Amino acid sequence: MIRPHRSHPLWFAFALHRVSGLGLALFLPAHFYLLSLALTDPVSLDSYLALAENPLVKVAEFGLVFLLAVHFFGGLRLMALEWLPWSGRQKSLAAGAVAAAFFVSGTFFLQAV
Amino acid sequence: MGRDELDVSIWRGDANGGRFEDFKVPAQDSQTVLDVVSWVQQNEDPTLSYRYACRVGMCGSCAMMVNGVPRWTCRTHVKKVLDGQKVTVAPLRNLPVIKDLATDMDPFFDKWVKAAGVHHPSKTRDDPIEAVNPASPARVEADTGIECINCSVCYAACDTVTGNADYLGPAALQRAWTLYNDAKDADQQTILDAVSGNGGCHNCHSQGSCTLYCPNELNPMKAIAGLKRATAASFFKRRK
Ligand code: HEM
Ligand code: SF4
Ligand code: SF4
Ligand code: FES
Repeated sequence: MIRPHRSHPLWFAFALHRVSGLGLALFLPAHFYLLSLALTDPVSLDSYLALAENPLVKVAEFGLVFLLAVHFFGGLRLMALEWLPWSGRQKSLAAGAVAAAFFVSGTFFLQAV
Repeated sequence: MGRDELDVSIWRGDANGGRFEDFKVPAQDSQTVLDVVSWVQQNEDPTLSYRYACRVGMCGSCAMMVNGVPRWTCRTHVKKVLDGQKVTVAPLRNLPVIKDLATDMDPFFDKWVKAAGVHHPSKTRDDPIEAVNPASPARVEADTGIECINCSVCYAACDTVTGNADYLGPAALQRAWTLYNDAKDADQQTILDAVSGNGGCHNCHSQGSCTLYCPNELNPMKAIAGLKRATAASFFKRRK
């Protein structure tokens, strides 16, 4: 259970930023490795790309795009918080970052199916 | 259990550990969490240790974890925080426990000094007093932080303190930011150096628990963002 002192929007924004950052750090090496197969082993790249037709993989891709987008927009919010004149609307901005990430990853998903 | 009785769980123990003890406390109008704790000490167990002084939100000595959240107990009405009829009271997080609800606040105060949170005089007693323009932007900024009562609520709320024992914490950093903006403080560079080391302002992840729970509605998260900007600006200036 989430400890009581943590259950507020900006703490959730922090947790989401950490989880998405770690998720990206785990995923990106695999992603670049797969792309490198285009040069070193095109046949096995094609067999991996065939996997991408699987609906489960499409949902997973949606998740990854969401992680990237939410980390990107959340990171922009944090950089604005630190570098621009203070704004008291951090909760709304954090919610906006999540909404923008859903918009981007949702659009990606609809394009993919 | 009657409607007018509270189920109170109070942490008992010392630095070596402890456990919660349950008490029944009669409910009253306008009863604060501190009233509840005092009732237990006066009527059930005189050995219960806790700390308070002013009872009006001035001294900053009565903070405790109430249902898992740090609060000034003298100004927290128990009705506002009851979970059914139940309330749990524990010593503040992130500080060593002396006994029961009393924590050792030394690390918290020591960090004020470490963050250069002491006055660096710009004049001697023979000079005329420096006029401070209350409308200047720096003074307006400093004013937003000066009502701190040193209660350590923000320090107990901060997970970055939990993760890094050297982290100066929200209150000390906010104090540094206040002095940095004070026209009467002569040593801004010392302040920036003190807050940009290992335990400094750049550890903050902007979780905002400090700002959410500060009973005086101060905004240490904003002060820390100001320090991050000022330290970074001075870093690039000095490299030129
Ligand atoms: C797309 C542009 C990106 C932006 C704008 C961005 C921004 C940020 C910011 C501002 C932080 C500091 C958060 C804090 O103080 O708590 C951060 C943390 C982090 N980022 Fe990124 N980032 C980006 C891309 C990435 C990528 C591609 C990865 C993965 C390789 C990544 C992994 C991480 C990790 C692991 C953390 C630490 C999280 C934490 O301390 O809570 N980031 N990012
Ligand atoms: S904003 Fe920074 S100082 Fe305040 S609780 Fe969060 S991590 Fe701690
Ligand atoms: S900043 Fe607020 S919560 Fe922190 S010590 Fe000062 S008054 Fe207490
Ligand atoms: S007893 Fe002084 S602030 Fe609560």
